[in-house]
Amino acid sequence: MRLSCDIEVKPLTRVEGYGNISIRIRDGRVEEAKWEVVETPRFFEAMLAGRRCGDAPLLCGRICGICSVSHTLASIRAVENACGLVPSRQTSDLRLLLNHFETLQSHILHLYFLAAPDFLGQGSVFPLVKTHPDEVQRALRLKMLANDGCDIIGGRSVHPVRAVVGGFTVLPEKKQLSALRQRLETAAADLDATVELFAGFSVPDFTRETEFVSLKGEGEYPFIGGRLVSSDGVVKEEHEYLDMTNEYTVPHSTSKWTRLSRQSFAVGALARVNNNFAFLHPRARDAASFLGLAPVCHNPFMNNAAQVVECVHVVMDAVAIIDRLLAADPDDAAVRFEPREGVGVAALEAPRGVLYHAYEIDGSGRIRRADCVIPTGQNHANIYHDLAAFAESCAAKGMEDREIEHLAQVLVRAYDPCISCSVH
Amino acid sequence: MNESGRNIRPGGERNYLGVAVPRPRVAFLELTSCEGCQLQILNREAGLFDFLDLVEIADFREVMTERSEDYEIAFVEGCISRDDEVERLRSARERASQLVAFGSCACFGGVNQLVNRIGGHGRAGKVVYGDFPVDARGVSEPVSSFVQVDLFIYGCPVRKEEVEKIVTDLVLGRPVVYPSYPLCMECKAEENICLFDLGEPCLGPVTMAGCGAWCPGNRVGCWGCRGPARDANMEQLFAVMERHGFPADMVMERLECFGGFNRYLDRGSTGTG
Repeated sequence: MRLSCDIEVKPLTRVEGYGNISIRIRDGRVEEAKWEVVETPRFFEAMLAGRRCGDAPLLCGRICGICSVSHTLASIRAVENACGLVPSRQTSDLRLLLNHFETLQSHILHLYFLAAPDFLGQGSVFPLVKTHPDEVQRALRLKMLANDGCDIIGGRSVHPVRAVVGGFTVLPEKKQLSALRQRLETAAADLDATVELFAGFSVPDFTRETEFVSLKGEGEYPFIGGRLVSSDGVVKEEHEYLDMTNEYTVPHSTSKWTRLSRQSFAVGALARVNNNFAFLHPRARDAASFLGLAPVCHNPFMNNAAQVVECVHVVMDAVAIIDRLLAADPDDAAVRFEPREGVGVAALEAPRGVLYHAYEIDGSGRIRRADCVIPTGQNHANIYHDLAAFAESCAAKGMEDREIEHLAQVLVRAYDPCISCSVH
Repeated sequence: MNESGRNIRPGGERNYLGVAVPRPRVAFLELTSCEGCQLQILNREAGLFDFLDLVEIADFREVMTERSEDYEIAFVEGCISRDDEVERLRSARERASQLVAFGSCACFGGVNQLVNRIGGHGRAGKVVYGDFPVDARGVSEPVSSFVQVDLFIYGCPVRKEEVEKIVTDLVLGRPVVYPSYPLCMECKAEENICLFDLGEPCLGPVTMAGCGAWCPGNRVGCWGCRGPARDANMEQLFAVMERHGFPADMVMERLECFGGFNRYLDRGSTGTG
């Protein structure tokens, strides 16, 4: 018998924000496969207009609770680029370190709390406390390390306070950095166990050829600033971000969508790993090979594996950054900041993909116009088209509707969507 | 403010030092927000599951697939900016014996209510979406504009240590007490350098304490995310700010940021509260 089914997931759980999945198949033919974004808008770009540019990072951190560090850092960079301010080496290192701890926090939260229950047959992390105590304890250790790192560098993990235009208001003490370094080194065993755990989860053998967009690695695996690249061969400068995003509106989404060379593209851990594999730390590349992840991978379910690989990379790189900071003579916490008229664009790799903030600043140092393009906003169209293609493949295989419903959710969840952030 | 213990029907019991303690069923729901306050619930990992064991979680969409509408306490994060949110809030109010406004967006509108000062959703929608129609109510409002709120937990974000204490008090039926004094008291007790001495503006003199002077302790002036202390002396705030060279419009920009001081600002006067 040919498959017919109606699947409605309203709203999807274990993701940040509100989104719905609906799939309708009739006699083996997909009539509809829809990803709907119903989150309420907040109008941050409009609220930024007229504000003092130095206050923008504090406000922009509030775009997202999970990636507040990324928004704060992108906002700082946009203001600094507009005003021609170049941060010190020490500040750049501390910002990258802060970003690494957020990446680790966000990825571990997603991998263990949001994604793993799908593969361990549970509806949430809570029953895993009894059924998989070692895994839960490991997740808590890694998450606590990441949050402690954010606290020590940024003052707190949600809506960081110490990172400001020009540098930091307070510097971490050397002994705090040394203690963090030690904990990062001992985290290696937990990371190895994480790689093993996720290597044991089987994901559907589904591929859809996709364009991947990220920062372009030039000497190192990129996180803050630099050129932009797509796997279809487009390369742009940071300030040309609009050529990379091409935002447009669609009726079934309160988030804007984006496109580049095709009808959609993807950003995030898988895009970064695909585009910049050679720049990963050798241990992260080993992890990728253990997880069966080789560039260019077109299976969106493998974004989880890419996040695991990045956890290894950021921990290893954090150790190297701390070594640099400990070896160098301490510099001033911040350089003096004089606002001036100009336009500044910042591109930064947030946990879920490349994030852009762009501000036009007037002669009095106030923001005239602001634009923010969010990673999940760039992924919505790709999620939409993945869902359609995945539904087709399920229909062709004659899968049971319960299995399709389950896997469709696993698919969207793999993108780790940050929906309220995308509807800023 | 809190009539704690009121009608809390135990969803189970746990035993503490030989005494039966109710284990209320709780729901977390989010309206217009960044979900950062819910994320705070999952932080402070060392005692995370002990803390969560105080209650039985009935609904927590951000981290849990199973959902139940049978609960006694509702933690509401976020403000109201669309009609369907009013419905969800009212339905939570009907189910819960205790409704908690969780974080500054729920308590005051938070940063979201800044949109009300630039012509509301209609005008802001034009700036962000152009002619694309946006489904929104026009203004962003705190949850207390629509339903009775039993308990407020302030902060952007909420501080987990304070949440743990308040939830423990709530579960044990103890009264929840907020500091009535301003942040400056806490900041002095922490022996922080005064932000005014560092040349930075600060709302510490008028903001409700309880966060442990989180921002001033990191050498960032307070933005008043917790709202006003009891008897906040607004006149003196403007005087102190002026004495340190900060113009009134800069003070206003801070006071309006999280919505907690709106009752002073909307009076159109900067005089005494």
